[in-house]
Amino acid sequence: MTELCDLTATELAARLRAGETTSAEISASCLARIDAVDDHVRAFLTRTDDLAREQAAATDELLAGPNAEAAPAAGIPIALKDVLSTRGVRSTCGSKILETYVPPYDCTPWQWLRADGSVLLGKTNCDEFAMGSSNENSAFGPVHNPWDLDTVPGGSSGGSAAAVAAGMAVWALGTDTGGSVRQPASLSGVVGLKPTYGLVSRYGLIAFASSLDTVGTFTRSVRDAATLLSAIAGKDPMDATSLDTPRRDYTEGLVEGVRGLRVGVIREAFGEGVEPGVRDSVRAGVDALERLGATVGEVSLPHTDYALSAYYLIAPSEASSNLARYDGVRYGLRVDGSDSVQMMTRTRGAGFGAEVKRRIMLGTYALSAGYYEAYYGQAQKVRTLIIRDYEAAFANYDVLVSPTSPTAAFPIGAKVDDPLAMYLNDVFTIPANLSGMPAISIPSGLDGRGLPVGLQLTAPVLEESRLLRAAHALEDAIGFDARPALITELAA
Amino acid sequence: MPVEIDIEHVARLARLELTDEEKARLREQLGAILEHAAKVGEVAAEDVPPTAYAIPRSNVFRPDELAPSLPVEEVLANAPEAEADRFKVPRIVEVE
Repeated sequence: MTELCDLTATELAARLRAGETTSAEISASCLARIDAVDDHVRAFLTRTDDLAREQAAATDELLAGPNAEAAPAAGIPIALKDVLSTRGVRSTCGSKILETYVPPYDCTPWQWLRADGSVLLGKTNCDEFAMGSSNENSAFGPVHNPWDLDTVPGGSSGGSAAAVAAGMAVWALGTDTGGSVRQPASLSGVVGLKPTYGLVSRYGLIAFASSLDTVGTFTRSVRDAATLLSAIAGKDPMDATSLDTPRRDYTEGLVEGVRGLRVGVIREAFGEGVEPGVRDSVRAGVDALERLGATVGEVSLPHTDYALSAYYLIAPSEASSNLARYDGVRYGLRVDGSDSVQMMTRTRGAGFGAEVKRRIMLGTYALSAGYYEAYYGQAQKVRTLIIRDYEAAFANYDVLVSPTSPTAAFPIGAKVDDPLAMYLNDVFTIPANLSGMPAISIPSGLDGRGLPVGLQLTAPVLEESRLLRAAHALEDAIGFDARPALITELAA
Repeated sequence: MPVEIDIEHVARLARLELTDEEKARLREQLGAILEHAAKVGEVAAEDVPPTAYAIPRSNVFRPDELAPSLPVEEVLANAPEAEADRFKVPRIVEVE
C-alpha cells in the first residue's frame, strides 16, 4: 500500500485542493515514516515535529478558508539540509563547532517556502560544512542509503537525499557546490536539481565556497523539481550574487517533449573509472531520448580532466577564507586559551573534523605567499577553459548528457582513507559548478546489484525550462518506479 | 612528485591546532592532492584570463536604508561569552 508520504508533491497538492486529505494527515504520514525507518537511515539531525504539526494546522485552516488560494508548496512537508539557516531551529552544518548554534534568522528559500505554507519536518544530516561525497564526514555519524543500509547515500546532502528516497519527506532542499545535490540524488534514486548559480538566493546558506555554492532540490519527480524551484527562485536583495530574474512558474512548457532537441553525449564521461552498470544504464537513457525524437551526437569537453584539479584548489581556497569566521567569539564552540590566538587555535582544532581541516589547510596553502599564482591563479584560468569548452559544446547542442557519478552507491568506509579516490566521485558534477550552469540528475535505472544509477543533463546558464523539459520527457520514457527494499518490506 | 609542505607554517596561518599525528597525515595527503592539483599548470597559458565568478557581476548596490538589526538577544544567545550587549573575548591588549 502506498502511503501519503510516498506520493509526489504534485499528487498531494491535487488531493489537498480536492479536500481528499489534509496537510495534518500528510505530515503525520511523514513523521510516522521517520519513526519507522530513521533509526536505520539517520537522515535527520534535528526533528521539528511540533513545528510541523503547527504549520500543517495553519495551512489546513488557510486551505479551508474562503480565499483558498494557496501556493503549490502549501501544506507539503519538507526537510532542509542543516547548512540552511532556520530561525529558532538548531543548524549545525554537521559540525561539532556549530553543535548548539540556533540561527537568529531564516535563509531566504525557507522564508519564501514558509510564507507559502510549507511545513518543516526537520534538518538533515550532511557532510561537515558540505565537504564530502558520502556523508561520512558528518560529526554526528554517517547516513545510510535506504537502498542498501551498508552503503553511503552520497554527499554532501546525503540526509536530504535519503529522506526523500525513503518517504520521510515529500521533498527536500540541499546545497550543491561540486555535486552535493546531484551525486546523492544519483546514489539514492531521486531527482536532484542544481539551478544556475545565482538563481536561488544563498542568504542564510552557511557558506562553503562562495563562487560555487548553490541551493538545489531533491524530489521524486521532475515536475516536483520544477514546482519547488518555482517557489525558491528569484531575485533577492539580501544576496549580492542573486541574479535579476523574476519569480516564475517553471512547470510551464514541461510537457512539450524533446522532438528536434539536440542532445550532446559527453565523450569523456564514458571512459575509464565508470562502472559498466552505470555506463549501460545511461546509454539506455540516451537511446530513449533518440526514440523520443531528439537528435543525438557525441561531443568532447577536452578540459574535463582538469576540472577536478581546479575545483580542489578553488573550493578549499574559498572555504579557508569563509571558515575563518569560526573563531570562538560570536557563535559556536569556544575552547579557552591564555590569549585570543590560543583560544581561536584550540577552538578550531577541537571543533573541525578531519576533512574540514584538510580543506582549510589545502586552501590556506594554495592562497599563501609564493604559491598563490601556481595554484589558485592557475585554477582560475582553468575555470575559463572549462567555460569555453561548454560554450563550444552548446553552439551545437541544446543539452548535454553524462552519468551523474562514475559509480553507484559504495560501501560505508570504502573510501574514507583515500581523499583523492573520494574526490573522483565529483568528476562529472564539478564542471556545472565551475561554469555556473544548471544541471539535473534523474534516476535512469538500477545496476546489477539493484542500486540506482543517475543520468545527468546540463543546459546553458538560465535555461532551466529547457533542462526540465528534457528531463521530464526522459523520466516519462524511462518510467523508473523501483522503491528501496526498506520501504517495500515495511508495507509487506 | 608529491609536494613538500611546511605544515606548521600553514597551520599557524589557518589558526588551527593539530596533533602530531594529524600533521603527519596531512603532510602526506596534501602532498598527494597538490601533486594532482598542480595539473592545472599544464594548460593555464599566459593568454587565458582568470575567472572568479562564472556569471560576472560587479558593483551590486542597494539603497542605503535604515532597517531593524537582528534581535540582539537572539544573536548573543549564541555567543560563548557575552557581557553588556557585547561579545566577550580574552584579553588582546597587554596592560603595562
